[in-house]
Parts: sequence; structure tokens; C-alpha cells
Amino acid sequence: MKFAILEFPGSNCDHDCEWVLKSVLKQKTEMVWHQDSKLPSGVDCVVVPGGFSYGDYLRCGAIARFSPVMQAVAEFAKKGGMVWGICNGFQILTEAGLLPGALIRNKSLSFICKDVFLKVERADSLFTNRLGGKRVLRIPIAHGEGNYTCSPEVLEGLRQDRRILFRYCDESGAVTPAANPNGALDNIAGILSENGRVLGMMPHPERASEAVLGNTDGKLLFESALNALSRA
Amino acid sequence: MFIAKIHVTLKPSVLDPQGVAVSGALKNMGYKEVESLRLGKYMELRLEGKDKAAVSKRVDAMCKKLLANVVIERYEFSVEKAK
Repeated sequence: MKFAILEFPGSNCDHDCEWVLKSVLKQKTEMVWHQDSKLPSGVDCVVVPGGFSYGDYLRCGAIARFSPVMQAVAEFAKKGGMVWGICNGFQILTEAGLLPGALIRNKSLSFICKDVFLKVERADSLFTNRLGGKRVLRIPIAHGEGNYTCSPEVLEGLRQDRRILFRYCDESGAVTPAANPNGALDNIAGILSENGRVLGMMPHPERASEAVLGNTDGKLLFESALNALSRA
Repeated sequence: MFIAKIHVTLKPSVLDPQGVAVSGALKNMGYKEVESLRLGKYMELRLEGKDKAAVSKRVDAMCKKLLANVVIERYEFSVEKAK
């Protein structure tokens, strides 16, 4: 499978994603500069990585959204392409209107960098089909603006269409206010697009994909995506 | 030449953690009369245009597309002729 990994000025998880996909999972990867107006041919999945694109100026993801490459990504998504936004990537996808809602300042105002537990709300998505029965994942977060918000109508739609993929929970899988690190509405940590092919999530699976790092829960998501693509 | 002065703030329905923190500080300082505080952004644009109406239309589009995220923010602006 071929992955395109976007690079903006200020991206800093681009090479972590490349490492996991290329070196750990042995997939083809291509780094794509923000000024490129085309995606490489034959791309199966676009990864919008974490970081601080354009210094988070104005709003997180606001400026990246208008970069030439994001116009190509919007086209790609419109045609049913698979797009995976992680952290700043999630922020960019909401700014671009590829996912609903927005991510605002953490309730605590602190930048939070720690492992959290995620309840996987569905095991039949493109990104969660190879969890081997696991429904609680431990994945790190690292963000100052991960507080998901949307209108009550949008939230209701997300719930009804089963588009909430990850919610912050405790170790046992209980979704509680105490397990919510950033104040996100309904403990939302990751959501899917209407067609289920665009995922935005605040936690960083690429930082939890090797035994040497002490955690491989993130790798399960990458393996799920590979599985979904290979069956398509 | 015109000057557009734009204010962007979070919608009333969206929690403003920074505003809460700053108003808390004011209260701690003894300004007990402070009921609430919303933190926002102020932007000043210098731009060319045919007349005030035409400039306003352009500025409104800029706000909608980039300067504000209308999912969570609201904006207001004024347009004046530059002195």
C-alpha cells in the first residue's frame, strides 16, 4: 500500500508516521510538501500528521487548510480516498470542513502530554478492524488544543451515524468525566467522516507502534488500515 | 484605501477557558464586579476597494473563509476610509 504523508512548515510527527509505515510496517511512503498541488499517483491513504503547522497562527490548522496540498486532499477525500488526520492533522481536517466541529483550547489551559485510554466505539471501521478483541487502547496525547466541540445537532448526528470512533476512558473502559483529559465534548477523541473513510483523532498512534517504545496499541490501528486497504 | 477593524470571539455557546482564567485573575485581584470575560482577537486590515460596501463584502468573505472559524467563533467588523 502507498501512503502520502503531508509536511507543513511546523509539522513534527511526519517522520514518526513515516517510520512506522515504512520501517515497521514495510509500506511505500511518500512525503508530500505543502506547496505541492497534486498527490503522488497511486496513493491509497493520506496521513495528515501532528505538529504545529504554520506555527498554529490564527487558529490551529487554519492556514494549512488553504495550502495547495490540502486542495488536493479535499479532492481525494471527495472521491472516497482514505485520509487520516492525527492531532494537528485532525485540527486541519476540521478547519478544511472534511470533518465536523472544531478543536479548541484544553479546558485546563495546559499542554497535555501523557498516555490516555481510548474506548473503541466500533471495531468494524477501516481503522479499527484488527484489534483482536481489544476495545480499550492506551495511546499518548500531546496537545494544547484538543478540546473537541460541535453543535448539539452535529453531536446527535455523530452519535446516530456511529461516527464517534474513540472516546477518552479509564483503564477499564469506563467513559467518565475524570478520564477526559481536555474537556472534549462527550469525551470525543476521534471521529469519522460520513463515508467512514476520513478519520481525525487527537491521540498519536505513531508514538505507540513498537515494542521497544513499550506500547504497540497504536500499531493495531495502522494494521487495521492496511487490512482494510488490502481487502478493498 | 480603507481600514477594516475586525473582532473575532468564541461564540457564547463555546466554553472559553482562557477567558475564564483571566476573569478569575481579575477577581483574585479584587475586581469582584467582573462577571465574565471573553477573550478574542483583533485584526486590522488596510486594503484597497471601490467603496465601503464593496470592501465590506470582501472583508465579510475573508472572515467567513479564514479569519474566523464560524463553527466556534463569531466576528464583527467596521470599515472606514483610511486617513
